[in-house]
Parts: sequence; structure tokens; C-alpha cells
Amino acid sequence: MRALDPRPAGIALPGMILHAVKHAAIAALLAVGVFLPLIGLRTTTNIRNELTLETRWPLLFTLVALVAAASLANSLIIAPWRAHRAAHPKPPSTAAGRFGTAFSRWFSPFAIGFVTVYPMLALWLTGTGAVKWVDNFGIQILIYVMLGFGLNIVVGLAGLLDLGYAAFYAVGAYSYALTAKTFGLSFFELLPIAGLLAACWGILLGFPVLRLRGDYLAIVTLAFGEIIRLVLINWVPVTNGYAGISGIPRPTFFGIPFTASKTGFAAVFGLPFSPIYRSIFLYYIILALVLVTAFVTIRLRRLPIGRAWEALREDETACRSLGINTTNTKLTAFAIGAMFGGFAGSFFAARQGFISPESFTFLESATIVAIVVLGGMGSQIGVAIAATGMIGGTEILRELDFLKAVFGNDFDPTQYRMLLFGLAMVLIMIWKPRGLIATREPSVVLTKRKAISGALVKEGHG
Amino acid sequence: MEVFVQQLINGITLGSIYGLIAIGYTMVYGIIGMVNFAHGDVFMVSAFIALVTFLVLMQWLGLSSVAVALFIMLIVSMVLTALVNWTIERFAYRPLRGSFRLAPLISAIGMSIVLSNFVQVAQGPRNKSIPPLISGDFTVMERHGYAVTLSYKQLMVWVVTAVLLAAFWYVVSRTSLGRAQRACEQDQKMAALLGVNVDRTISITFVMGAALAAVAGTMYLLYYGVINFADGFTPGVKAFTAAVLGGIGSLPGAVIGGLLIGLVETMWSAYFSIDYKDVAAFSLLAITLIFLPQGILGRPEVEKV
Repeated sequence: MRALDPRPAGIALPGMILHAVKHAAIAALLAVGVFLPLIGLRTTTNIRNELTLETRWPLLFTLVALVAAASLANSLIIAPWRAHRAAHPKPPSTAAGRFGTAFSRWFSPFAIGFVTVYPMLALWLTGTGAVKWVDNFGIQILIYVMLGFGLNIVVGLAGLLDLGYAAFYAVGAYSYALTAKTFGLSFFELLPIAGLLAACWGILLGFPVLRLRGDYLAIVTLAFGEIIRLVLINWVPVTNGYAGISGIPRPTFFGIPFTASKTGFAAVFGLPFSPIYRSIFLYYIILALVLVTAFVTIRLRRLPIGRAWEALREDETACRSLGINTTNTKLTAFAIGAMFGGFAGSFFAARQGFISPESFTFLESATIVAIVVLGGMGSQIGVAIAATGMIGGTEILRELDFLKAVFGNDFDPTQYRMLLFGLAMVLIMIWKPRGLIATREPSVVLTKRKAISGALVKEGHG
Repeated sequence: MEVFVQQLINGITLGSIYGLIAIGYTMVYGIIGMVNFAHGDVFMVSAFIALVTFLVLMQWLGLSSVAVALFIMLIVSMVLTALVNWTIERFAYRPLRGSFRLAPLISAIGMSIVLSNFVQVAQGPRNKSIPPLISGDFTVMERHGYAVTLSYKQLMVWVVTAVLLAAFWYVVSRTSLGRAQRACEQDQKMAALLGVNVDRTISITFVMGAALAAVAGTMYLLYYGVINFADGFTPGVKAFTAAVLGGIGSLPGAVIGGLLIGLVETMWSAYFSIDYKDVAAFSLLAITLIFLPQGILGRPEVEKV
């Protein structure tokens, strides 16, 4: 279908309208074909447990009409506008450039300041409802920012496409859960151990895939991710299978637990008991972990090993001919990436108090990869923005109760959560294939520091 | 011995289904170098289309002939799934052609999430099962009271797969369309210079892949009698495993890989542990790639500097 093509220049208006109507008709016909079996007809189970069909013609008709309208709008308004813009390119405005510089300069301090005061802000603005805002939004988003930063080392810096990152997240979570329950050690004692174990797994899984590149690497890491998940499901004596592990010890504030008991946090400090203290405490733990990850990554990029990662991403063959040990470079990237994944995993286990293999599916790995690529590979600010947008966005859908007033009471916005998440992934990629922040600053410069467009960088071939 | 023969029969059936899906992966990868992650979900969508067609035929039109119903299901599912995949290619992948290498991969992962959740929202999250259409079996051999059987269903899967593979092989190797596809696979720019419509050829590749996936989807529905919105992921990953195992880009390789994965899975379930059958399939993939990175029939990748 050519509906998306810019209209050939110089067609008179009536011809253009005819053209647009023809395309809209084709699009509508196509929509009928695509939506008829799955939207127009719905299979339901009746009382005798037999499948029957029911029809939804109004819904089908609405969707087809929407598609036709979108096609019309595209060929009459959007395509001519794009053709016009392509014919008269705007000179790059200096104001936008200045804004860009100011943005990259001030964004990080502002963002760090904001996330530091965020729980207080939430408490001040929403009072008792703050638990939701701190826990569902703050902690949830920060976990994904942390995972994004960790995977950013492997995918963004070293250019190794890893589709099984959730495996390391799982290793961290299960090592914390099992060791904490068996040996009774505290969260902060076990955090480094969980990270170390995950790093070992990173090296272990990294070894066999050293010779693989690109998509082969992606599929093998995916396979490893699935293997680890299947082992967690089936190794029932240790992992308790699908049922998962519950009653995982929570982190304590220097030995003071966040419980309603006499020795609990609230009682010791003479405060009325509220779950908000634990949420805020957990929030600051994950915030500290995120900041440490970001800081370590920034420092690593300045070290020879970080430069070797980036060189590996740009060109593995050149790297090898310059005498860089690609084996060590790849393994350290896997290990350090996995270690941060392990930290995030043990935090996740400690926060939830319950883990099961369901939390470490391929969808999880795909989400993290999506965050890294959507943010712009290698860019930490981009990763943080993408995580906030994607995770925060899907969490917000849980809150849209007012839609029930529009669409009727049985309308449940949460069931569209993942549908919209997937659509957003596709649309962002079409809009900005290089991710949100596609420019990057070289870590070594000769005379003048200058950001280069991501479009100039050949990467992801490692 | 009887168990072995029985598992061989089961494994070939399962492997045929994987092989049919794997061709879609391997063709798309061969022509545009992209892992079409949504292909497993296209397979699942095709099974749903077949299910809806089946219900329309049986309940609304009161068709009584099973053979005619099967034939119509197959055709409708192939046509509509091809249309779905064509639309996906047009909107989610074509704008990204020639772009950054990971962009189409992420777009495809997004599309996979969209498809499975679309079906979940549109058709409900519960398992959909149909009554068995074809029953009865041949007894291949019988010893010590253990009968090795080949059911009509399995025979149907074999025959349909073999016929379609033959037709498909003819298209790819003997027609001008197939020649255009092979040309695009080797060098898109040069093919375009020589008058091949590259965009159309790529679209047709997606259409063909989807049609074969639809055959697999219909067979899957008839063979297992049940389908769920989440059923696309695991067969999809295994079919991709099969494509990589056979050597990605190679069509016979995809079929061989599919059969191998099917056999490993059924044999492992019979002799070792049914819980770890997927682990066995994925480990086979990892081991093959480590020792034979180009797969069984793949061309070794030549590195240009």
C-alpha cells in the first residue's frame, strides 16, 4: 500500500482527494480482513463448556472507520505537510541548539535532585496515598533504571546484544532469597554475594558465546535465559518451582525491622506505625544502588576497559588487530553487567518478600532491552528517561479509573497495559530508530569536546 | 524399540510444525537480516483464525464434511494470516529498513507483545479447545502388547507439510519470484538495479512465511485441539532455534533443524525427563552454535574488513 508515501508533487486538488479516497478504501478493506476474524467474531465458552461465536459488528465497524479516517488524514494532511517540510528544510535553529546544550548540562543534576526529594514530595502532596506513589512508581521505575544501566554496559557500551538479561536478575533474586532464608544473613551482607554470584554466572554464560556475534549471540543468550527460568521452575527441591519462595527477610534499618512490633522502626522512633517508612527506606536503597551503578559506569568508560568496550562495539576486527584482548573485554562486560543485574535482583527479592519464576520471563528481558535501545544505546540519561516513560506509563494505566465512566463499567484499562506497551515500542522505533538520546559524547577528545549524532556510529555488530 | 519408533513418529509430527514456522524465520533473516520475533505470534494468530473459521463453518453454516472444513480452514487461515503479516511488515518493519540494525529487532519484539496481547484482549485469556475432528489410527507394529500407532492426525500433518514444502520449494527454486528473492538475498542494491522490485519481493517473503506459519498454526490447532494467546512464544523460539540450528538463511536447513528439535524434544521426554525437554532443545542450540557457528547447512560467514 502506498498510503504512507508522500504524495507525488504537482497533483491537482481533486486528483489528490480521489487518490486519498482510493487509499482510504484500500486501507479499510485491509482492516476488515485483519480485524474480522479476531475482533468481529469472538469465541466464548457457553454453559456446556462448548465454544460458541458471538459477533461484535459495531466494534469492527468503528475500528475500520478509524483506519479509513487515519488513512485519509495521512494522505490529505500529513503527507503533504511532510513533503512540504522536506522541500523547505528549516535551518538549524541556534535556540534549539542552545536549549540542547543547556538540557544536557542541567538535566542530570536536576533529575538527581528531583528523585532525592521525590518521596517527601509524594508524602507532602498525597498524604497517606504516598505508599502507592513511592512503591509502585518510584521503586518500580528505579529497579528498571538500574536494570537498564546494567544492561547498558553489555548492549550499549560493549555492543553485545543480550536477550537473556532477566537470567542474571533471577540469579540475584534467588541467591538473596535462598541464602537469606538458609543462613539468616542481612540484606546488606548478602547484596555483594548476590552480585558476585550473578557476575560468576555472567562469565559462565559468557564463555560459550565468545565466538558468536550479533543475532546468534542474541538467540543464545535468549536460550540461556529460558534455560535458567526452566531450571528454576523444575528444580523444585531448591527453588520450590512455580510456587516460588515466600517469606524472604526484608531489609532492616541498622537492625531495626519495619514492623508494627515494639522493636519496630516506628515504635523505636516514637512514630505512629505506617508502611510508608519501609517504602521510603527501600526507595533510598534502590536510589543509592542506581546512583552507584551510574557513577561506576561513568568512571569505567574513562578506564582502558571501558574504552575497549566501546571500541569493541564499533568494530571488533579493528579491535583485535590493535591488540585488544576481546575475550577479556567481552567477559568483563558480561560480568559487570550481570553483577548489576544481580544487585537489582536481590533488591527485588527483598522488596517483594516473594519471588517466583514468573517474574523472570523473556518479556522481562525484552522490556530491559527495549529500555536500553529506546533510550539510545549507551546514553544513561536516555535509559533513565525510557525506563520512566515505559514503566511509569504502564503503571499509570492502572490509575485510569475515570475511563470506566466513558466506556462503561466492565472496561478495564489494565488489560490494555501490555498492548499499549508493545505499540509504544513499535512507534518509538519508527519515530526515532536510534533511541531518544542518539547523540553521544566521545570519552576521549583531542581538542574540542563535541557530541556526534548516533546516525554516524556503526554499532551493534559485535 | 517400540517406544523409540513411537517417539520417532511423534517427533517427526512435532518437527514438521516447527519446520514450517522455521521457514518464515529463515527466509526473512536471509533476505533482510532481521530476526522477526513476531513470527511465533503470527503463528498463534493463524491458529486463532483457523479456530474462528472452524466455528463459523460448523455452527453458522452447518457444514458436515470434515475434509471440506479442513480445506477451507487451511485456505482462510493462510490468506488472512498472510494479510496480517503483510500489514505488520508494511507498518512496523518497512519504515525501519536500512536503519540502525537493532531497530527492527526491537520493533519486532514490540509487535510480538502487541499480537499476543491483542489476541488476549480480543478473544479472552482462556484456553480455547475444539472437539477432535479426526480420530482413528493405523497400527504400525505391535510387540509384547505395545502397539506403535500412527494416528490419522499425524499422517495429515505429514502429508500437508510435505505437499506444501514441495510447492514452496518449487516457487523458490523454479519461478521468477523465487529468483528475485534469491537475488535480493545476495545483494539488494544490485537486484534493484537489475529491475527487481525489492520492496515487493520482501513483502512477498513475509506473505509466504506467514502462509506457512498459518499451515503450522492450523495443524497445531487440529493436532493438540487447544490454543491460547500465549502459545506463540515457545513454538516461536523453538522454531527460531531450529532455523539457527539448520543454518539460518538455508531453507532445507530450517526443515532439518525443525525435525531435529522435534525429535530431541520427544526423545528427551520419553527417555529422560519431560520437565527438561525445552532445556534439552535450547542446550542443543547452544552446543551447536559453539561448535558449528554457521549451523548445519549454513554458509560460513565471511568477514569483510
